[in-house]
Amino acid sequence: MDFNFTDEQTMLRDSIAKFVAAEYDFDKRKAILKSADGWSKKAWATFAELGLMAAPLPEEYGGLGGGPVDTLVIMEEFGKGLVVEPWLQTVVIGGGFLKHAGSEAQKQEHIAAIASGERIVAFAYAEPKGRYNLSDVSTTAKKDGAGYVINGHKAVVIGAPQADHLIVTARTAGGQRDAKGVSAFIVAKNAKGVTTRDYATIDGFRASEVYFENVSVGADALIGAADGALPLVEKVVDEAIAGLCAEAVGTFRLMHSLTLEYARQRKQFGVAIGSFQVLQHRMVDMFMATEQSISMAYMATLKLDESDTERAKAVSAAKVQIGKSGRFIGQAAVQIHGGMGVTEEMRVGHYFKRATMIDAQFGNVDHHVKKFTNLSMPQAA
Amino acid sequence: MNLEYSAEEIAFRDEVRAFIRDNYPAHLRDIESRDKMNREDFLAWHKILGKKGWSAPAWPVEYGGTGWTSTQRYIWGEENALAETTPLLPFGLSMVAPVIYTFGTPEQKAYYLPRILSGEDWWCQGYSEPGAGSDLAGLRTTAVRKGDKYIVNGQKTWTTLAQYADWGFFLCRTDPDAKKQEGISFILIDMKSPGVTVRPIIMLDGGHEVNDVYLDNVEVPVENLVGKENQGWTCAKFLLAHERSGIAGVARSKRGVERLKDLARAELADDGGPLIRDDDFRRKIAELEIDLSALEYTELRVLANEHAGKGPGVESSLLKVKGTEIQQRLTELAMEAVGNYTMPYFRSAGDGNDFAVGPDYAKMTAPSYFNMRKTSIFGGSNEIQRNIIAKMVLGL
Ligand SMILES: Cc1cc2nc3c(=O)[nH]c(=O)nc-3n(C[C@H](O)[C@H](O)[C@H](O)COP(=O)(O)OP(=O)(O)OC[C@H]3O[C@@H](n4cnc5c(N)ncnc54)[C@H](O)[C@@H]3O)c2cc1C
Repeated sequence: MDFNFTDEQTMLRDSIAKFVAAEYDFDKRKAILKSADGWSKKAWATFAELGLMAAPLPEEYGGLGGGPVDTLVIMEEFGKGLVVEPWLQTVVIGGGFLKHAGSEAQKQEHIAAIASGERIVAFAYAEPKGRYNLSDVSTTAKKDGAGYVINGHKAVVIGAPQADHLIVTARTAGGQRDAKGVSAFIVAKNAKGVTTRDYATIDGFRASEVYFENVSVGADALIGAADGALPLVEKVVDEAIAGLCAEAVGTFRLMHSLTLEYARQRKQFGVAIGSFQVLQHRMVDMFMATEQSISMAYMATLKLDESDTERAKAVSAAKVQIGKSGRFIGQAAVQIHGGMGVTEEMRVGHYFKRATMIDAQFGNVDHHVKKFTNLSMPQAA
Repeated sequence: MNLEYSAEEIAFRDEVRAFIRDNYPAHLRDIESRDKMNREDFLAWHKILGKKGWSAPAWPVEYGGTGWTSTQRYIWGEENALAETTPLLPFGLSMVAPVIYTFGTPEQKAYYLPRILSGEDWWCQGYSEPGAGSDLAGLRTTAVRKGDKYIVNGQKTWTTLAQYADWGFFLCRTDPDAKKQEGISFILIDMKSPGVTVRPIIMLDGGHEVNDVYLDNVEVPVENLVGKENQGWTCAKFLLAHERSGIAGVARSKRGVERLKDLARAELADDGGPLIRDDDFRRKIAELEIDLSALEYTELRVLANEHAGKGPGVESSLLKVKGTEIQQRLTELAMEAVGNYTMPYFRSAGDGNDFAVGPDYAKMTAPSYFNMRKTSIFGGSNEIQRNIIAKMVLGL
């Protein structure tokens, strides 16, 4: 049992913290969000220089051979800095698909490019009516000679405006919600027939609706086995969720510390508002929720390599904890800031927005309580 | 005790329902958020009701009230909520007007009240200051008497929709040496006076509904003082009680629950069935509906008491806390209901986000959730309301 970070991981953490303080503070981030593209290519280049892209990728393809704990460290710092660049999508999801199931040629082609910061990948999986069900796929990939033709509409694809490649789930067999028959493809965004509608999200990310109209891809676009990609998708999504949980923890820590600071300094009735017991208890509850969330984020990260069931249970449990805590901590933080809490000019509200949206990504509390329930207490047993 | 409407009450309901149907401006129905409304949009329904004589059901008849019973007023609220009419702004009709008809001079009543009734003047509330929020009596804006004028200096903040206001009612310190609550006066200021500057504060959802108001040597005629000099705290407290009583928003929340059900009918759960069939989600709606029912009957009991001659009391604190918690819960559930499509942000014009993706009902869900956090902060925060109940009701 060991909950310590290695020296390398601590250095990684410090280097990101330093970067955020120098290049990604509140005002600089605001300017990045306001820019036409809504993200910073310069920040992206710095991430590559700092080795963040390479960190969790395999050494034989240009990575540094780290693992989920590196992702945890990076995502937590990104949460503290409210970083909007699509690192999770590119490295954890894109890199994850390729490293777990990519062909040798795919690994050669893409992983090194991701590790060096040249490649940006987005994950086109959700569909307008599919909610959080990963097997609800009505986008189709029809066999066409040696390759496939893809048709469909993917919803709220985070990072798609920046991406040059998309990982797409599509149905190659079976009915709309069948577990079998889902396949994963890697598709260049500039492939003929791919169009996007780009927009900002409320928490400052960029996303797209992605439309596939008779997009022809070769057999070499398929990642893993045809028809059998769902377990792979679930695994990679769980890894992404663990990353989101770490990011959430970063936002919680900040919301808590900003609130403490504010409560110490803001005076009403001649005293600091932090002296009111009702607010003290709320801040104590925020503290406890943050600690519980940290524990669950660690637990999920450390169980990513266990059996599918153990992994899925741990990840769903963590996502539930994070979703509930995020709502409580966010609301309490804003409330204790009074009117200032609901303004654009205070940092706390931006963390609140991000923490709230994390619950909406890859399944909210209800979704993961159900999933956990079914894993923990299978109906048949 | 009796919960049924009489035949006259049913006839009244049919009358107001028909009136709303025939007179509510069609173009207002299409506006999706307050942020998209211009000044005229805000006032359109008010002006129509002003002509009909229905803009201020709660006022005494002599000043332009309708003389309706509390049941009729309840019906009026229900019908407006059902038709989703734009709520009339409270600053003139239900804040400053009761102060004016209770404490004002005959001249003040004659001048201001008809203009409030008709919707001619737009009012804003200048209470809060950067250093005086929950501790309102800590306010520092000063009004110094010079001949027949007050010279007003200071800064107000959070002033809702002051960008459109013709008039503001301000709490100013007129006796710097008196105890906190005792040196305050209630003063009406023409927002077009030289020295008044209004600057926007942008909220979390990107909207502009509050402002900073700077007062720099603003000259105000002494006849704009309401009540006695240095006794403004009486007006202020009287007004706050009025402010809170409408704040429960039961009728609107009932409509909100119906909207939420519509949304849950349109959305699909993970299993592909309608979300409204999903056990977890339908249970949450049901629990909210039950909470709302408890609030509704609490409000009715309070209103009945008020009718029996006991003014709006500390019960309004209970209504405020529970009412705002329910309003906030409604926005949480709407956001949950729409899944991924709560994320896209389409408010700020100019950044290319003027189009919509996903279902129409989804696009305001997250902004509304963030915006509605304000309700437990303003009008006396929910912590302050609980303090009031602890002290005034429980005697602690
Ligand atoms: C959207 C919006 C619109 C508004 N519109 C107007 C307007 O039109 N006109 C106007 O005059 N004002 C307006 N207000 C101001 C509003 O009334 C104040 O925000 C409110 O009184 C709280 O004050 P504050 O923001 O300074 O918070 P603070 O008073 O600093 O409170 C911060 C936190 O401390 C808590 N707290 C404070 N005192 C105590 C205590 N004794 N015990 C326990 N907890 C305590 C509060 O509950 C809160 O959680 C508006 C505010 C908002 C957000």
